[in-house]
Amino acid sequence: MIPENLRYNESHEWVRQEEDIATIGITDYAQSEIQDIVFVELPDVGTQITQETEFGVIESVKAAFDLYAPVSGEVIEVNESLLDAPEQVNESPYDDGWFLKIKMTDTNELDELLDADGYQAHIEAEHA
Amino acid sequence: MKRTPLYEVHRSLYAKFTEFGGWEMPLQYSSIVKEHRAVRDAAGLFDLSHMGEIDITGDGANELAQKLTTNDIRRLTDGRVQYTLLCNENGGIVDDILIYRHVDNDYTLVVNAANIEKDFEWIKHHNDTGAEVSDVSDETVLIAVQGPRSMDILFSVTPADLAYDIKPFQFYVDQVAGHTVAISRTGYTGEVGFEIYLKPKNAEDLWDTLYEIVKEEDGLPVGLGARDTLRLEAGLRLYGMDMDENTTPYEAGLGRFVKLDTDDFIGKEVLLAQKETGELKKKLVGFQMLDRVVARPGYTVYQNDEVIGIVTSGAPSPSLNCNIGFASITPNSGNNIEIDIRGKQYPAKIVKVPFI
Repeated sequence: MIPENLRYNESHEWVRQEEDIATIGITDYAQSEIQDIVFVELPDVGTQITQETEFGVIESVKAAFDLYAPVSGEVIEVNESLLDAPEQVNESPYDDGWFLKIKMTDTNELDELLDADGYQAHIEAEHA
Repeated sequence: MKRTPLYEVHRSLYAKFTEFGGWEMPLQYSSIVKEHRAVRDAAGLFDLSHMGEIDITGDGANELAQKLTTNDIRRLTDGRVQYTLLCNENGGIVDDILIYRHVDNDYTLVVNAANIEKDFEWIKHHNDTGAEVSDVSDETVLIAVQGPRSMDILFSVTPADLAYDIKPFQFYVDQVAGHTVAISRTGYTGEVGFEIYLKPKNAEDLWDTLYEIVKEEDGLPVGLGARDTLRLEAGLRLYGMDMDENTTPYEAGLGRFVKLDTDDFIGKEVLLAQKETGELKKKLVGFQMLDRVVARPGYTVYQNDEVIGIVTSGAPSPSLNCNIGFASITPNSGNNIEIDIRGKQYPAKIVKVPFI
């Protein structure tokens, strides 16, 4: 259910690492809790984002949710297709619904994140 | 938090819950958008038992009902329903309600969940006519079916042809699925629909019966999330958001429910003066965002960098595929406004309501 090859933070963002490039999105659990995503506000290419700080906003029918950076770095690509089709985040949170690619400043930050088992435990604790 | 007699039924349908007016109510069962579309295209089933019911009966009931409400009680005949407002001495809205007239001197007021105790105390406090006032909220369950197929659904559970005869804002007492209930052609979605009032002990049985038929008609159970987007598209105000005790009916855009040629009612003098001068402190308007950003309640409204008001309701409209809302702003502000969303101003235009 929770992909083994990704890292997670407690605010439900995931990171896929390819050398010093990190792709960021939100988890399947997060999208199912948020539901009905109608708008995603993301930073421009070139923006510096910092671990654990806000980098964007998701709007659902019901409310707005802040997005928190799982790692720090410079935004090198933004998933522009979400502008016209934000529902991809609901439909395909780990693939088509990705948000950003960033060039990480420090790949050691990845070690501070949860692995799939840790994230599973975190969800269960939140639900308890 | 209070729970309705149908709470366990909602749990068995995997509802996600939310707090509303002191009640733990279903927010959604499947998805707000799916539930919204089910009501616009087919039918939706709602538990609205959090709403309050207050009976005013006996000698003096006619008189008390008029004294408390801004609409004209003389226009309300047996078996009919009227949308009306309770106002305070300053013309501020205490609650927006439905009043049902069973027969002469026999009324039921249907009030907002968060206002049940306040309204009950308010009514008792102003009762100088000798009428009997009782809060029957705990003995009353309210189940609604709304949507284009709702009258067919009603027809399939009632023995008589009454279902097709019932006109908007009429009600009658009948048997539905073997239970004595009051059926009312009312709703809060902008669709055709009906609402059923009944005793708690029969609630689960009636819900289950209606649920099966609603499902067969491609409908869904609907939570408060979609109820909010449905009422917003239909231009229906929500008490506590779009109006409160510091808002007069004229300021809420509800002037047509104030009848100044009736016997005196609480707040009439102030409302008469406001009507004559036309001077309002604020005015509720509908707006549509020009961008894809969503204006939420509490956001500040600007015009030429000057604050002119506040967003009172706001959400994406599943039917219109744009973002809409109500704002309370300085009267006569013109049609172009800006709304501060996370520190940046986005353009919106004032539009006519209902939005759909």
